[in-house]
Amino acid sequence: MEGDGHVKLIIAAIKPFKLEEVREALTGLGVRGMMVTEIKGFGSQSGHTEIYRGAEYAVNFVPKVKLEIVVADAMAEQVVETIAKTAKTDKIGDGKIFTLDVESALRVRTGEANDEAL
Amino acid sequence: MKLTKILPLAAAVIALPSLAVAQEAPAVSDEVVWIFNSLLFLIGGFLVFFMAAGFAMLEGGLVRSKNVTMQMTKNVALFSIAAIMYWLIGYNLMYPLGDWAIEGYFSALFPQVAVLEPVGVALADADDPAYASTGSDYIFQLMFCAATASIVSGALAERIKLWPFLIFVAVLTGFIYPLTASWQWGGGWLSENIGFSDFAGSTVVHACGAAAALAGAIVLGPRVGKYKDGKVNPMPGSNLALATLGMFILWLGWFGFNGGSQLAMGSAGDVADVSRIFSNTNMAAASGAVAALILTQVMYGKPDLTMVLNGALAGLVSITAEPLAPTLGLALLIGAIGGVIVVFTVPLLDKMKIDDVVGAIPVHGFAGIWGTFAVVLTGTSTVGAQVIGMVAIIGATFILSLIVWIILKGIIGIRVSEEDEIAGLDMSEMGMEAYPDFSKG
Repeated sequence: MEGDGHVKLIIAAIKPFKLEEVREALTGLGVRGMMVTEIKGFGSQSGHTEIYRGAEYAVNFVPKVKLEIVVADAMAEQVVETIAKTAKTDKIGDGKIFTLDVESALRVRTGEANDEAL
Repeated sequence: MKLTKILPLAAAVIALPSLAVAQEAPAVSDEVVWIFNSLLFLIGGFLVFFMAAGFAMLEGGLVRSKNVTMQMTKNVALFSIAAIMYWLIGYNLMYPLGDWAIEGYFSALFPQVAVLEPVGVALADADDPAYASTGSDYIFQLMFCAATASIVSGALAERIKLWPFLIFVAVLTGFIYPLTASWQWGGGWLSENIGFSDFAGSTVVHACGAAAALAGAIVLGPRVGKYKDGKVNPMPGSNLALATLGMFILWLGWFGFNGGSQLAMGSAGDVADVSRIFSNTNMAAASGAVAALILTQVMYGKPDLTMVLNGALAGLVSITAEPLAPTLGLALLIGAIGGVIVVFTVPLLDKMKIDDVVGAIPVHGFAGIWGTFAVVLTGTSTVGAQVIGMVAIIGATFILSLIVWIILKGIIGIRVSEEDEIAGLDMSEMGMEAYPDFSKG
């Protein structure tokens, strides 16, 4: 069973409180699966400072949620737009979205490949 | 309707015979007074005992998860060692009952061990028929001694070796605390000659523990990475829920600590006083917490829970030197200033690079000093007497502790290696983790 439609991997780092909203928006589009990881990191925001017992300290790594979503080529642009629209708060630290080509995809149970594996 | 009419009538009938008696003699016998005094000590004693759990939870919550097993071990061990040392030396060293080797200063080195009254003692054969049973007094006083040692363990957490710490505890609870406490509570020179006033131990217990902790913190040095490039590096505690539980347990225990220190419950006046003490103690804790809550919000933009916990405890320490005389309003003021002191002195110690993990020195030391001064506000002592008392007890405890810490450092070393400290004392010293199912933090 050889699917021939190409697939793309979308990696998005977003604010944790937006996760549920983004999931709903994407399942509404027909996205059938995603991988979610709790991560820490920094971007142009470069963390922020907090005070603990009178001592100021830098929070260098800000908690974020990383989504990894594999979708058919045709859908990729729409998925990226939806994530961007849903996760946007207009405040610093909204996150980043990357899109990569995927060489192959395979469903373990059935052996289906590429877009049929999704 | 019927019931309300009958009730006053019934009360009057019951009260009639006793009314006649009350006009002549005091209402209660010596034995009843003795029983109630002993009961106050027993209730106070188990409440103060529970403070051991409060200290353990507070410290367990404020250290990082890699040091929790060690901190719990120290808390159990220090209490148990205090119990043995106080029997062996401390109790009789602290209460010479007029039998001094050096009048008012020193009872004797290695006086006899504490001895209880015989089983089923009759009032006439009791050690002190006008006071309370020896067992009740012993167990009550022992708890104060153990509390002094608990103060030290929090300040020195996360870097001190187990055994040198426990050796210090043995010296502190068997010798240093009973010695300095005897000057005040054993009928020594501070109470007899100076007129120093410290009801339940702002200085005798709390500042004493803080002085021992300060000496230890100086000799021991700060934790690795705590002060780097002129900056203070916060090391957040593992569990603020446990720390909060610990604070509330201490708050509860304090009713016994201060209330029991009335030392008598055999008359209406004494019971009224114990009730005043409970109310003032509670007020000071509350105002200390509120002061810290508001102050950290204003100063830092967000309230700091660890400071609020310390603020409540500082309020409690502050009212401990005189929990009876103040009005509720004055108790509020005394406690609130205690809370303010903590918020300012925690960062102050950090500036001096003295690493006190749980804030024991600000809470028990600086607030203790304030509380001891606050006695003057109630007119029950003078500034001069309070200063002499504090200098004597804090000074002697600090110097004696410093000597013991330096000797321990020279002979066996008091600090774990840098590698062990970073790995956490739970694995390096104990070989077991408090939270083995979680990854290292």
